[in-house]
Amino acid sequence: MSNEEFKPILLGRVGQPNSHTLSTYKADGGYQALAKALSMKNTEVIDLVKASGLRGRGGAGFPTGLKWTFLPKDVTGPIYLCVNGDESEPGTFNNRVLIEEDPHQVLEGIVISSFATRTTTAYFYLRYEYGRCYRVLKDAIDEMYDNNLLGKNILGSGYDLDVHLHRGACAYICGEETGLIESLEGKRAWPRIKPPFPAIEGAFRRPTVVNNVETLACIPHILNKGADWFMSMGIPKDPNNARDAGSYGPKLYCISGHVNKPGLVELPMGISARDLIDKHGGGVWKGRKAKAVVPGGISMGFMSEKELDTPLDFAGPGRVGCLGLGTAAVIVIDDHTSMIDVLYNACRFFAHESCGQCTPCREGTAWSTKILERIRQGHGKLSDIDVLLEISSSIGTIPGTTICGLADGAAWPMKTAINKFRPEFEEYIKSGRKSESKSLVGAH
Amino acid sequence: MSELSDNAKKVIEDHLGRYPSKQAVTLPALHIVQEEKGCVSRKAIKEIADMLELSPAQINDTLSFYGFFRTEEDPLGKKRVWICRSLPCMLRGGEELLAELCERWGIQPGQTTPDGQVTLELAECLGACDGAPCMLVDDELSLCVTADDVERMVRG
Repeated sequence: MSNEEFKPILLGRVGQPNSHTLSTYKADGGYQALAKALSMKNTEVIDLVKASGLRGRGGAGFPTGLKWTFLPKDVTGPIYLCVNGDESEPGTFNNRVLIEEDPHQVLEGIVISSFATRTTTAYFYLRYEYGRCYRVLKDAIDEMYDNNLLGKNILGSGYDLDVHLHRGACAYICGEETGLIESLEGKRAWPRIKPPFPAIEGAFRRPTVVNNVETLACIPHILNKGADWFMSMGIPKDPNNARDAGSYGPKLYCISGHVNKPGLVELPMGISARDLIDKHGGGVWKGRKAKAVVPGGISMGFMSEKELDTPLDFAGPGRVGCLGLGTAAVIVIDDHTSMIDVLYNACRFFAHESCGQCTPCREGTAWSTKILERIRQGHGKLSDIDVLLEISSSIGTIPGTTICGLADGAAWPMKTAINKFRPEFEEYIKSGRKSESKSLVGAH
Repeated sequence: MSELSDNAKKVIEDHLGRYPSKQAVTLPALHIVQEEKGCVSRKAIKEIADMLELSPAQINDTLSFYGFFRTEEDPLGKKRVWICRSLPCMLRGGEELLAELCERWGIQPGQTTPDGQVTLELAECLGACDGAPCMLVDDELSLCVTADDVERMVRG
């Protein structure tokens, strides 16, 4: 199937009148997938999702069905599903659109996934900033209780499920799954040391699955149309790489920054960044050229202009030195923009959002921001460049110095900006220029 | 007199049945109190702690982590305006917008106008990058805003 013929699946109902209501969702075939799932064994649902090749859309790309199988088989007592709606990665807004426009699609995915994992209580952790999403979801959940789609004996199947909305309080770290769990439990959102993984000991010390909103929205479609249909889209696994799990299914790509038409586009996995920008983002604005592009949220780092033919599937961005596909949130930076200002912005974000638990992250993100601020003031030293690189290779789970991946996300913009744009950094430092950007210095 | 309103107490109690631990009601309780009062006072912290069978220190530990909640020394204005400064908004004028509002209102991010009408905040990514620069007023997003739009919406 070519991208031109592709008809949106997850966004299929977006823009239709009253797309957020139960009646229009049902009229469009909604909750048939749930009825089908409830007629199956829960293990059959897991097998189907495993066979579809669905990988988590929240950033790490872990195979969803496989994650579900990590729950202990012989467990008695509650299992929890936590829906990760803490979408906060700069550039990313697909969960917001999915929830505001088609909440029942997400909620149907939640009920099916809860059934598959034998969950009887699901917590929908939603970032505070999504107030409209909160109100839309609240109404949608009420509709479900009124129509026997939640609560006791759902659709006469004997299966019970409650879904509770839980609002965050503006902290990026709550998107990390164990940070989310700690926050849900009413504590500071300090990520946990793993193992134990949440599947063994998660929320309230019980087996827990944490899934992203977009991931869950895929589930009803897999139930309706099957694993083969899902695998007919995207990039197959690399036969020469046993560790590649393939990149199947539709994907929501967020396009922002210096393009003519920022927005959300759904396509089969694997479109190139260049095609995405030119064919779906209206091209780079003001007739300019792209200088750098973030492939999947700021924590993935930067691609240079000559790397834009890289396919945006799970494996693509890694081949050009980026951390991965991340959230597939593409941020375009034009050739009039200073990479020093861009990197400063990225570092400042991570310094602001570091939870402070691990010293390398807390100090590394803060000092990299201070160094870049000094460079922007015209007082940089050439040796600063290597100090930044040293910081970037010392913080994170990849060097093994932190509990969670926030610091890896802070490191990759530094590594890729400096490795790919080093002459610009050197020239800027030598010139002693002051940045023209209006960033407020020292703002908390 | 109790610091928590009857409504706040009721909402907090309603939440208790949703979680297997009382501590999990900490964030919902802090939200309801701040929504009503514009801050979470020390007395409110103590009363929430009593309701959740925790120490006030445990509540304060969570409260202070998020930077979202205000104490009685530093309450919110009538409206809380967050201007996004993360990369997608920065690329389309978010930083300039924030600087312009600081200048017009004579306050820095985190501060409230002297008439108590508006608290200005800087935000990291608000999740509306398709409408950069964006802002959040209380918990409603507005996309593609200018300083004049902001003035009109919050002070008009």
